[in-house]
Amino acid sequence: MARFILNHENDNVVTALVPMEAGETFRLKNGGPYEITIKEYIPFAHKCAIRNIRGGEKVIKYGESIGVATCDIEPGQHVHVHNLQSVRGTIGGK
Amino acid sequence: MFAGQLGVSRLETKFWGYRRPNDRAGIRNYVAVIPSVCCAAWTAARIAASVEGAVLINNNTGCDETDADLEQTIRTLAGVGRNPNVAATLVIGLGCEVLSSLKLREEIEKEGKPVSHLIIQKEGGTAKTIQKGVTIVQQMVEKASEIVREPFDLAHLVLGTQCGGSDATSGLAANPALGVASDKLVGLGGGSIIAETPELIGAEHWLTRRAVSKEVADRIDFIVKRYEARLKAIGEDFVGKQPCPGNIEGGLTTIEEKSLGCVSKVGSAPVQGVLEYGEIPKGKGVYVMDTPGSDIESDTALLAGGCQLICFTTGCGTPVGTPIAPVIKITGNPLTYENMKDDTDINAGTIITGQEDVKDVGERIFQEIVAVASGKRTKAEIHKCHEFCVNRLELSY
Repeated sequence: MARFILNHENDNVVTALVPMEAGETFRLKNGGPYEITIKEYIPFAHKCAIRNIRGGEKVIKYGESIGVATCDIEPGQHVHVHNLQSVRGTIGGK
Repeated sequence: MFAGQLGVSRLETKFWGYRRPNDRAGIRNYVAVIPSVCCAAWTAARIAASVEGAVLINNNTGCDETDADLEQTIRTLAGVGRNPNVAATLVIGLGCEVLSSLKLREEIEKEGKPVSHLIIQKEGGTAKTIQKGVTIVQQMVEKASEIVREPFDLAHLVLGTQCGGSDATSGLAANPALGVASDKLVGLGGGSIIAETPELIGAEHWLTRRAVSKEVADRIDFIVKRYEARLKAIGEDFVGKQPCPGNIEGGLTTIEEKSLGCVSKVGSAPVQGVLEYGEIPKGKGVYVMDTPGSDIESDTALLAGGCQLICFTTGCGTPVGTPIAPVIKITGNPLTYENMKDDTDINAGTIITGQEDVKDVGERIFQEIVAVASGKRTKAEIHKCHEFCVNRLELSY
């Protein structure tokens, strides 16, 4: 059974379809290399980075920006409110 | 694009529908009983309940409203009467309401289908109106029942898309799969409408980029900004509260991510235009309709806009239907499907469990759309769920 979903070939995150433990590995077919080693617990439906994402760089899901990284993120790391910030949400205060 | 390119056989490009004027096709054959004002609602209800094939349109408005609301109400109620699933309409007025039952009748008559109206105060009260109304509706149903279904191209279908009770699976499974089905229908010449303006916040660019003109792109931005401004004016920081704690716990991090998950339900086809609440589109293809996120208020607007059916994705499960258009319920959550099987038509949770991919489920949804168009009953229809509510823009007085 697939443990994650890659929504678009340009995405730099995948979304977990099952909870994933640190140390587990998964392989990506498209956009290579890749074997990713999970670095920390990823809950069901949460995101995991599959590329290096620099602080300030866009996080891409569905082929679109869903915000920017607030610090450097490595492949296998959990991507969520602690390291991903909305761009639209902050501008929305205008 | 031709059917072969889409991998579609000839059989899948048609449905069995009811011929209406102006080259439109209904997928159901109701006689609608529409109270022009909420005061006439229960009289209308008892007329509809007395005749098989008649349905009540449970209007909650029609008086004591601002000009803007009056315009929206009449557009919505007239749109419902004009919807191709309606064979004929009886309008019931009280007599003193601001929204004239005669005016509503005239608006519906533009569609060329039979319309009649009764005014309670003129008839001399509820009982007399019910008696006359039942006779009129009986004759309408008899005439409508003589119409036989005939084959129509799928280009005659306009699909409404809806999401409600969303959870993390909505953006992963149900909505992308619905987007595949929506693209297929639009590729065959049909229409697909996305609504719920607050749920576009953060994903406007995904729609504006696909707009057929700068004018359409600007209008998409405009309706989103207008909605945000109206919420702000009453002190509601909607954007600041999104995603909500439940969404965050469920894995949604930003409003962009949440809205992109929502907006995937209308696929990737170009956006042809933007509609006001309940407005009928002038052509086919994808349209954006300005409605609240509220499920019932947006479903009601989609009916008025001419949608013959609605595909409704839900993570948590919901029974809601509409009085005149079948609602196909789709969940991406396998637990919800098991828990609420009686109310759910399509299990898109197979994407989550890995048994199917998004394309497979999208194809299943498309086939269900064709089957429902030709007469297959949805769970919401079988349960007689006829939710209906016209949105209010302003205060009543």
